Amino acid sequence: MTITLVFIAVMMAIFGGWLFSHSINVRPWEAAPADTGSTPMGRNGQLPPGVTAPRVGLAVFVAVATALFALTISAYLMRMEMGHDWRTLPTPGLLWLNTACLVLGSIALQWAWNGARRGDERSLRLGLGLGGGFTIAFVLGQGLAWQQLNAAGYYLVENPANAFFFLLTALHALHLLGGLAAWARTLFRVQRGAAPAAVRASVELCALYWHFLLLLWVVLFALLLNT
Amino acid sequence: MVMVLVVIVLTLGSVLFYVLSPWNLTPLASNWGAIDTTMHTTAWVTGAVFVAVNLFLAYVIFRYRFNRHRRSHYEPESKKLEAWLTGLTAVGIAALLAPGLVVWGSFVSPPEDAHEVEVVGQQWHWSYRFPGEDGRFGAVHNRYITDDNPFGMIDDPAGQDDILVESPRLLLPVDRPVKFLLRSKDVLHNFKVANFRAKMDMLPGQVSYFWITPTRLGEYEIVCAQLCGIAHFAMRGTVEVVEEEVFEEWLASQPTYAELAAREPPDREAGQEHYAACVACHGAQGEGNPAVNAPRLSGLADWYLERQLMLFREGARGTHEADTYGQQMRPFATMLPDRAAVTDVAAYIAELPETEVETTLSGDARRGERLYRTCASCHGSQGQGIKATNAPRLAGMPDWYLARQLELFREGVRGRHERDPYGNQMIDMVQMLVNEKAIHDVVAYIMTLPRSEQTLAAANPGGGEE
Amino acid sequence: MAEPGRESVSYAPAGEFDDMELSHPKTFLGKYIWSQDAKVIAIQYGITAMAIGVVALVLSILMRLQLGFPGTFALIDPGSYLQYVTMHGMIMVVYLLTALFLGGFGNYLIPLMCGARDMAFPYLNMLSYWFYLVAVLILVASFFVPGGASGAGWTLYPPQAISPGTPGIDGGILLMFISLMVFIAGFTMGGLNYIVTVLQARARGMTLMRMPLTIWGIFMATVMALLAFPALLVAVLMMLFDMLLGTSFFMPAMLTLGEQSGHEGGSPLLYQHLFWFFGHPEVYIVALPAFGIVSDILATHARKNIFGYRMMVWAIIIIAVLSFVVWAHHMFVSGMNPYFGFLFATTTLIIAVPTAIKVYNWVLTLWRGNIRMTVPMLFAIGFIFTFVNGGLSGLYLGNVTVDVPLADTYFVVGHFHMVMAVAPVLVVFGAIYHWYPKMTGRMLNDTLGKIHFWITFLGSYAIFYPMHFLGFAGVPRRYYAYGETGYIAESAQALNAFMSVAAIIVALTQLLFFFNLVWSYYRGRESGPNPWQATTLEWQTEHTPPRHGNFGETLPVVYRWAYDFSVPGAKQDYLPQNMPPEAVEYEDGGRGGGSAASPDEVRP
Repeated sequence: MTITLVFIAVMMAIFGGWLFSHSINVRPWEAAPADTGSTPMGRNGQLPPGVTAPRVGLAVFVAVATALFALTISAYLMRMEMGHDWRTLPTPGLLWLNTACLVLGSIALQWAWNGARRGDERSLRLGLGLGGGFTIAFVLGQGLAWQQLNAAGYYLVENPANAFFFLLTALHALHLLGGLAAWARTLFRVQRGAAPAAVRASVELCALYWHFLLLLWVVLFALLLNT
Repeated sequence: MVMVLVVIVLTLGSVLFYVLSPWNLTPLASNWGAIDTTMHTTAWVTGAVFVAVNLFLAYVIFRYRFNRHRRSHYEPESKKLEAWLTGLTAVGIAALLAPGLVVWGSFVSPPEDAHEVEVVGQQWHWSYRFPGEDGRFGAVHNRYITDDNPFGMIDDPAGQDDILVESPRLLLPVDRPVKFLLRSKDVLHNFKVANFRAKMDMLPGQVSYFWITPTRLGEYEIVCAQLCGIAHFAMRGTVEVVEEEVFEEWLASQPTYAELAAREPPDREAGQEHYAACVACHGAQGEGNPAVNAPRLSGLADWYLERQLMLFREGARGTHEADTYGQQMRPFATMLPDRAAVTDVAAYIAELPETEVETTLSGDARRGERLYRTCASCHGSQGQGIKATNAPRLAGMPDWYLARQLELFREGVRGRHERDPYGNQMIDMVQMLVNEKAIHDVVAYIMTLPRSEQTLAAANPGGGEE
Repeated sequence: MAEPGRESVSYAPAGEFDDMELSHPKTFLGKYIWSQDAKVIAIQYGITAMAIGVVALVLSILMRLQLGFPGTFALIDPGSYLQYVTMHGMIMVVYLLTALFLGGFGNYLIPLMCGARDMAFPYLNMLSYWFYLVAVLILVASFFVPGGASGAGWTLYPPQAISPGTPGIDGGILLMFISLMVFIAGFTMGGLNYIVTVLQARARGMTLMRMPLTIWGIFMATVMALLAFPALLVAVLMMLFDMLLGTSFFMPAMLTLGEQSGHEGGSPLLYQHLFWFFGHPEVYIVALPAFGIVSDILATHARKNIFGYRMMVWAIIIIAVLSFVVWAHHMFVSGMNPYFGFLFATTTLIIAVPTAIKVYNWVLTLWRGNIRMTVPMLFAIGFIFTFVNGGLSGLYLGNVTVDVPLADTYFVVGHFHMVMAVAPVLVVFGAIYHWYPKMTGRMLNDTLGKIHFWITFLGSYAIFYPMHFLGFAGVPRRYYAYGETGYIAESAQALNAFMSVAAIIVALTQLLFFFNLVWSYYRGRESGPNPWQATTLEWQTEHTPPRHGNFGETLPVVYRWAYDFSVPGAKQDYLPQNMPPEAVEYEDGGRGGGSAASPDEVRP
């Protein structure tokens, strides 16, 4: 549980610190005209304008997903320690290729976001298309990696190491598929001729979410490689 | 002001209830008086806080009841008051925690000279293992458990002299620290003796422990305190705290693993000779005879027959005055010369060919099917009997006999004897059959289960051998 | 994920919120069924939760019948008893209390109390409810599959939960797993909304430290739930793998009904760690909203500011943080490394300090107040009393040594019902009596409310206080019947029968409450916009009940905290949060300035 506790501690420290900065020396019982009731974080206790609801929503979702993976990784490490039957499975070389795909996907979406910001429709379309394409390649590649492992006799039920490999990659892929649904919607709107400015928020969320999932995959991959 | 009165009455009433309640801790029978002391300390501290807070609450409700001519006092906070309250609470909490942790310190460290007993839990039965002369337990693993190796012993020299106690009755010497090593064959269980205070879960695949020193002679009940399935509530045992000599004598009379493994196979021919005395009532083929109230014997497993014959011999069955036919059976069982004879005759009967029985009672088999769900947990979904759960075969037994026995269990005529733990269990389980109709229904359903040996053999391989 | 397709940046300076973002459906279906209005969703949540709660209540009565009068009811066999235990627990904790406090009260109160038009993502909010409904329906369906519902205990401990022979193994357990996963997915959508709305959409001037404690409670509970529910999700998912695919995450080599199971090496303790990592915060997920709501009820009906507001806020936050490091106190006798006991007993008892502070501050809020004995106030006082009782019995169980003899006995059952069932449910009732006028424009009948309170309060206490004593006597929990034992006094059965009778009376009394809800909707006294003379924003809406969009043309601007009751000098004994300082009338005839509400004192 150490991993999870560290994660929760970090979350709570950030959150607590933020709340602290809002409440320290505040004397809530004092009334004040709206505009002078300011706090260190910005006027009226509102967040700065860049912090939009969808972005905060994404941040919260990312926190939830991180909690989910932190717990799964904790379970992984604990199961490794508790049982005495752990047999590490070989990491298919294909995973390196898949990782490259996901990196490219993430870069492409970043490119699309930049395009949307600049109003550059061509890089928006291209980035969006490539980003999704690479991601689909990644998901298919993960499926192929499963097949390779199965073919090599590393069945799900055989060993907890195998089961965790399938569980972790499947959970990660599931999150990507969720992202792909949002991506498909955005692409559809772009194809229907939506202006770059109109899809900017969506593309931005996709790009940020993809970066998160890339980071997550790197952590998972490192874990699978090292244990 | 009703509320004021109610708060006062409830507060004082609760305290009074605590003081006067006849439902309190069971008499202590182990060294864990310290646990009781911490509990009492907690009671005093929490009780004081409970009374103080609630009486103050009652006072406040009374003193500051609504008055349209008065206004509330305006005071957003009082740092001083809050600091005091926080500080006092923290001190109180520390005062509760510190002794608790000290006692826990001794709870987790068994004394060096503690002797060890392994407790094995299974659905829904206890058994025990002692390390034998070498003082070491042989290696075990759940994967090695079979009907013939219920402890899952691995071929290990250290295990040869391990003493195996298969019945849920345990003896412990008084005033000698004992460390319980706990494991489970299947789901989670919890070895609890209320009088000992200490308890711990038992898990499959790992060994947990706790220790006590029994301090009072007497017999105490073991119950399971972790949900383990349908018969959780009927998973009982007894532990008897005795003088050292009595314990040693008892322990010496229990078989070791090596002795059990070296046991001679039963002599069926001798069994056949002994069976001659049974023929008059139970029939030459063990087909039974309803006219003389003798049930069918063929098809029953040797371990079950042996156990019941032993119960009859020991006076644990067939001694209750309301058990007329059991009383008739008893002299015949005592006629057998020794335990070997019992084993032999049981082995002979188990080999007899099965015979058909006739339906004599009527009941609603469909209602019975629902009721039988509970029975299936031990006796098997086909009523084939499962040795691992100590449950005899039901399918193929005559309905009048089943109904009568269920009735006897329900009335506590059969199965109440302390030497008959599985009978005890049936008394608990049979409470779910609330009336005669329920008994007839479930028996009617049992009569619909496959009665032929082939089907049963498929469902219960190796069921007839020990 | 957060709705990525949203056009334009939705941040708008509060007060000039773009009204065009809300769609106002005209049809009945659009308005009440596929509604995206948080208030309608709240009521949908509320009705669904109460409906499934009634199912759980009936189950508890069946259990009490068996316990009070064993061997009387042919319907109840040991398997069905365990099914009642399991479904009752799971429904009450997750599907009733969590859903009602966060989905119900959260949806209704967050936008209104924060001064927002609606939740941040209304569409997601609607989906959240529909996921919840589907989860409930799947759970209900599990009663009707062959073999019936799950009977593995609400904790669903493996190996038991997925072993042959456990009631519900033929499908009930699978459906429960699926239902839980759907619930968690739905809750995550709702939870995102609650958090983002509190963070983003507060009215101008509504600083964090001016938020009513209700919002604080619901907000922190949501934060905790979002971090804790993933633990349950992972645990359930891994168990699903073990059950359906034959992996061995939690399943060790073992027998099932005398046969080898084929699993190898798994750790049942791992599941317990994951489960309680969710399970303990879950207690506070239920408790924190209750804490918040009861604070507001006490302040409003005692006409006094909440005592020590800042301490109350920090207590909520500290409880939320600490509750993530106490989970293993549920596992003191689980066979985990016993040395963990030192750590977890300490953290557990530390959490008692902020909790105690909350209790003191509630009582001190009443102190020197002017207490109106309204029905919500009755329930709030009932809450304090039962919560003090339940909190103190928690000190027995949190202290590892004392826990050993009491774990898995009726003491535990008495404790968690007192602290987590009776106390929060009293708050639920109090909250409904308090906010019903805002939801419907009519008051609930007072007499019926008082009868409902007294029977529920005294009755519940009569059920659960004596239950602790069965625990002292060592009666194990989750027993179908304890039958003949060597150590339990026969008189315990009389006590059981008494508790059962009390339970039946309390359960029947709830009919009165439901009758009151329906009757008052049509016949109740008209309440006007602010019958309790409360200060928070929901009472200041233009319409009662508030329409879609909550506030009129312009959003309110907040000038003060939620507890300006009986401010010295002010004519009115309450100052709504949106009342500008210059609008306050003083007894000496002045207006604005002068008193505690002077803007000069505000820190720059």
